[in-house]
Amino acid sequence: MSAAVAEVVEKKSEPLFSKKNRKLISNPLDIDNPITVQVLGVCSALAVTTQMKPALVMSVALMVVTASSNVIISIMRNTIPSRIRIIVQLAVVATWVIMVDQLLKAYVYDVWKQLSVFVGLIITNCIVMGRLEAFAMGNKPGPSLLDGIGNGLGYGLILLIVGFFRELLGGGSIFGFKVFEAMGLHYTGNGLMLLPAGACVIVGIVIWVQRSINGHRETH
Amino acid sequence: MENLVSIGIRSIFVDNMIFAYFLGMCSYLAVSKKVKTAFGLGLAVVFVLGVTIPINWLIQNYILNQGALTWVSADFASVDLSFLQFIVFIAVIAAMVQLTEMAVEKFSPALYGSLGIFLPLIAVNCAILGGSLFMVGRPYNLGEATVYGLGSGIGWLLAIVALAGVREKMKYSNVPGPLRGLGITFILVGLMSLGFLSFLGFSI
Repeated sequence: MSAAVAEVVEKKSEPLFSKKNRKLISNPLDIDNPITVQVLGVCSALAVTTQMKPALVMSVALMVVTASSNVIISIMRNTIPSRIRIIVQLAVVATWVIMVDQLLKAYVYDVWKQLSVFVGLIITNCIVMGRLEAFAMGNKPGPSLLDGIGNGLGYGLILLIVGFFRELLGGGSIFGFKVFEAMGLHYTGNGLMLLPAGACVIVGIVIWVQRSINGHRETH
Repeated sequence: MENLVSIGIRSIFVDNMIFAYFLGMCSYLAVSKKVKTAFGLGLAVVFVLGVTIPINWLIQNYILNQGALTWVSADFASVDLSFLQFIVFIAVIAAMVQLTEMAVEKFSPALYGSLGIFLPLIAVNCAILGGSLFMVGRPYNLGEATVYGLGSGIGWLLAIVALAGVREKMKYSNVPGPLRGLGITFILVGLMSLGFLSFLGFSI
């Protein structure tokens, strides 16, 4: 949570794919990942990853909500009184979440049923609030949009990795496709992977691998 | 009465907010470094859950549900406001947290000082909103909803104090560098969650 605040102060307009803007997208994928480094949005990351399909839908939903509320708050940032900013942010986020919820209910009903309360819980997902506070309140709409998309992608990346291992080891399939049976092998699903415990251990190992590669260390 | 005890026990141990649903994980991981602060935050969560869930139950059953507004006038029998659920619930939670904060500050400055920043932050703790959303999905009456809210809060308190205790001891262990901090905490939570699985199928 400490190294999260990216300071971007724009002096003049710059091309869309300038180095700084590319960083807004690429940093959250690795060294500034919302889940494994900033420790934001962990609840839903663990709860919706028993299979890859809900994990994918959840990532897209979160990315849409983060990016669009980042833009709205960024446009309004100079007119929001700081004492009531939390409730203003919550109102904006809740509006977007209601829209996403109704859309999912209308078009992908089975996944919506599977996600149950976790679509609603995007409102209190700390990634959304965290990015609004740390980025959108101090930056223009353009970079805020990119920041929202970048953090949505970083969140989705971890969700898909965790979902991949949980679905493969727990049920022997990927996106519902039975991998082991297609290869002619018999596989008995490992029930532990479908339990909360399996999810926590996998996230722990993902963090371990990621930090071994990028050299990030915590003292305690 | 037996029913209430059973709901209480279930919500503390079997359907534990942390170990069964991962709700409130962010503050759970961030504030579990010391037992003392963990206990303070846990108490605040118990209180806020115990107050907001009955209030949201009343709102859901007398305002939002289809046909719930018939107590105002029979013309409203077909009105269904449940799509407003999220925004109304989060507004109630934010308002209750604010009220709690003011009440605690007025009547118990010592407790207020020890809770500090955690009190306002509870508004965005997913365990609170999650508790309300789960309550709506289950056929509880007002008394059962209150017990459910208090029980979930106590379960959360238990979980965060337990993790903080383990993490305090963890300081003296030689953990591999990249795993230190967040990584090992996740694995600890996984192991504790396995332990809580033994309560599964436990009923009174």
